[in-house]
Amino acid sequence: MTDAHTAGPFIAAIDQGTTSSRCIVFDRDGRIVSVDQKEHEQIFPKPGWVEHNATEIWTNVEEVVAGAISKAGITSADIKAIGITNQRETTLLWDKNTGEPVYNAIVWQDTRTDALCKELGRNVGQDRFRRETGLPLASYFAGPKARWLLDNVDGLRERAEAGDILFGTMDSWVIWNLTGGVNGGKHVTDVTNASRTMLMNLHTMEWDERIAESIGVPTQILPEIRSSAEVYGEVTGGKLGDILGGIPVASALGDQQAALFGQTCFEEGEAKSTYGTGTFMLMNTGEKAINSYSGLLTTVGYQIGEQKPVYALEGSIAVTGSLVQWMRDQMGLINSAAEIETLASSVDDNGGAYFVPAFSGLFAPYWRSDARGVIAGLTRYVTKAHIARAVLEATAWQTREITDAMTKDSGVELAALKVDGGMTSNNLLMQTLSDFLDAPVVRPMVAETTCLGAAYAAGLAVGFWSSTDDLRANWRRAAEWTPRMDADIRDREYKNWLKAVERTMGWLEDDES
Amino acid sequence: MARNIQSLERAAAMLRLLAGGERRLGLSDIASALGLAKGTAHGILRTLQQEGFVEQDAASGRYQLGAELLRLGNSYLDVHELRARALVWTDDLARSSGESVYLGVLHQQGVLIVHHVFRPDDSRQVLEVGAMQPLHSTALGKVLAAYDPVAHSEALEAERESFTAHTVSAPEAFEGVLDLTRARGYAADVEETWEGIASVAAPIHYRRRMPVGAVGITGAVERVCPSGELRPELIAAVRDCARAVSRDLGASRF
Repeated sequence: MTDAHTAGPFIAAIDQGTTSSRCIVFDRDGRIVSVDQKEHEQIFPKPGWVEHNATEIWTNVEEVVAGAISKAGITSADIKAIGITNQRETTLLWDKNTGEPVYNAIVWQDTRTDALCKELGRNVGQDRFRRETGLPLASYFAGPKARWLLDNVDGLRERAEAGDILFGTMDSWVIWNLTGGVNGGKHVTDVTNASRTMLMNLHTMEWDERIAESIGVPTQILPEIRSSAEVYGEVTGGKLGDILGGIPVASALGDQQAALFGQTCFEEGEAKSTYGTGTFMLMNTGEKAINSYSGLLTTVGYQIGEQKPVYALEGSIAVTGSLVQWMRDQMGLINSAAEIETLASSVDDNGGAYFVPAFSGLFAPYWRSDARGVIAGLTRYVTKAHIARAVLEATAWQTREITDAMTKDSGVELAALKVDGGMTSNNLLMQTLSDFLDAPVVRPMVAETTCLGAAYAAGLAVGFWSSTDDLRANWRRAAEWTPRMDADIRDREYKNWLKAVERTMGWLEDDES
Repeated sequence: MARNIQSLERAAAMLRLLAGGERRLGLSDIASALGLAKGTAHGILRTLQQEGFVEQDAASGRYQLGAELLRLGNSYLDVHELRARALVWTDDLARSSGESVYLGVLHQQGVLIVHHVFRPDDSRQVLEVGAMQPLHSTALGKVLAAYDPVAHSEALEAERESFTAHTVSAPEAFEGVLDLTRARGYAADVEETWEGIASVAAPIHYRRRMPVGAVGITGAVERVCPSGELRPELIAAVRDCARAVSRDLGASRF
């Protein structure tokens, strides 16, 4: 029996997420010792705008860290390091003399920079900075959000040029406050978060002066870019200084990259997919930054200390878990999300129906904003159970499209897919995924892969774990689904799915999209 | 035919009254509508309230139908909901016990495996979700037969095959095993279904102590049951897991 995990030492990980902040304490085996979590307010000032109060977020982070330490019943002597993972791209500017945010943080989902991004594309279009940054010009990314703040908050540009303003994604904000804030806080970010700003050159891992100038962000406000796993500073001052003063702050990773790390995808070709409201899939592409010609993002996977950075290809699916919620809340066909499996299991196949949930256009690999959702192949034979099945198949086929794009771009065949997130409790979906990908689908034993990734990186930085091999040894398979579908059925179904996808395109006329 | 029970008739009339027309009624409205003394009406209402069939609005003091009544018609727990709620706890049980974990519910005359977590040792294992296990000889099945009256009669009526020399098949002996299971709060299967395999399981309760399933660990008899005794820390881990899932499902503390 490998129990009695209350004996230290431990690593604490902070997950500053989109809806809440959490802190989890892990032991050396990667098992959870304690958790604390607090939600923060979602601020919607206008349609399409989403903001967070950064002061509230920092207060919550302080509370959940203190809460998790106290629930674990341990003291600072038992904690070897603190790691950080965060919602990516969410952008904040603050005054370095007062520590006060100059405006709410602009959240990654916020679309206020749509027009700005179109304008920045000039005659080249959305791929203007793709070669350097790996990203298309889209409203998610942090650089244009910073530009919007500098243009729209009174006097901000002057204060920025005078050197009084600091820029950061949420990792920078948390680290700066943890390490002392106005009293010498460290203004740093890691390569994964920096790779989501559109301001960093992927090949040099440095801020790209030319792009920063084009976007209109002065480089003096930008944090120093560091690796994902190294000691940035120590906990100093404030409420946490009393409890955890002197503990090294030793990792930062964007949430999806942290999940890649927590799933121990350290080899080229290893991939993880996180199934939540939407789905994010990342594949480790080793030391090569691979340009995507199939609509994927090129991003930094992680960098451990002085080692070379490891790159990743990323594909996201906008609507997966949210389609099941739509079936529950808008259609009323099920009472709980889990019931989709019961309904879908009551029939053997989709009855000829295909559901393409292009609710706000098609994302990777198509990027068609003129597309809208379609249910195709309807006959009088089709029941709500067939539609439920088509709903689950939609998630599986969209994953297949992303993996096909990844194989095309990287030349690496997917050996197995590591999955996490809430939808992994859906057995039928996991089996369908394996059938459609024609590859094993594997669920690890710890569901909290995001926090675990941040803890792993911090533990590596302080020598708590000695190597990535140590971390692999902690990884445990909780379940594995293997393909059971005949190849000719898979091919026929895929063809039908692709026909249904065709039918979503061009639904909006030019002037509507 | 025996005389009807008057208080039940009155309670039924009250529920019908609250279900129709005016949604919220005060005590005197209810008493006068049914021709009852206020004290009598209040006693019945208080009982219905304790059972969750009636709720009293804190501000106005008026009565309305309770949530429990709505649940009654829709009270079965979806097995996929059960799996989703059990996921983290069963992962942790596999981790702490070092054995594989199974979650089973009653289905036809046996135990349907609705969730399975691999033994955390990196060996090749096959997912057994959807498999059936016997009711009378497995730890999961005994737990279900001990706590769920439907499972109990299924197990008694079925032919209890002797899979090994240790299988308990005779009716009195089998009832004895179920009594012991209820007394201890868990069931064991030491080579009663498969040679060399032992398991321990405990019941998962839904609202108001309704048994909905069983969770347990299964492993080599040498590890689970060294020197002929079940390891107490394994029993404790299984029962902790069952309690945690039950709490998550909203069962009252026990």
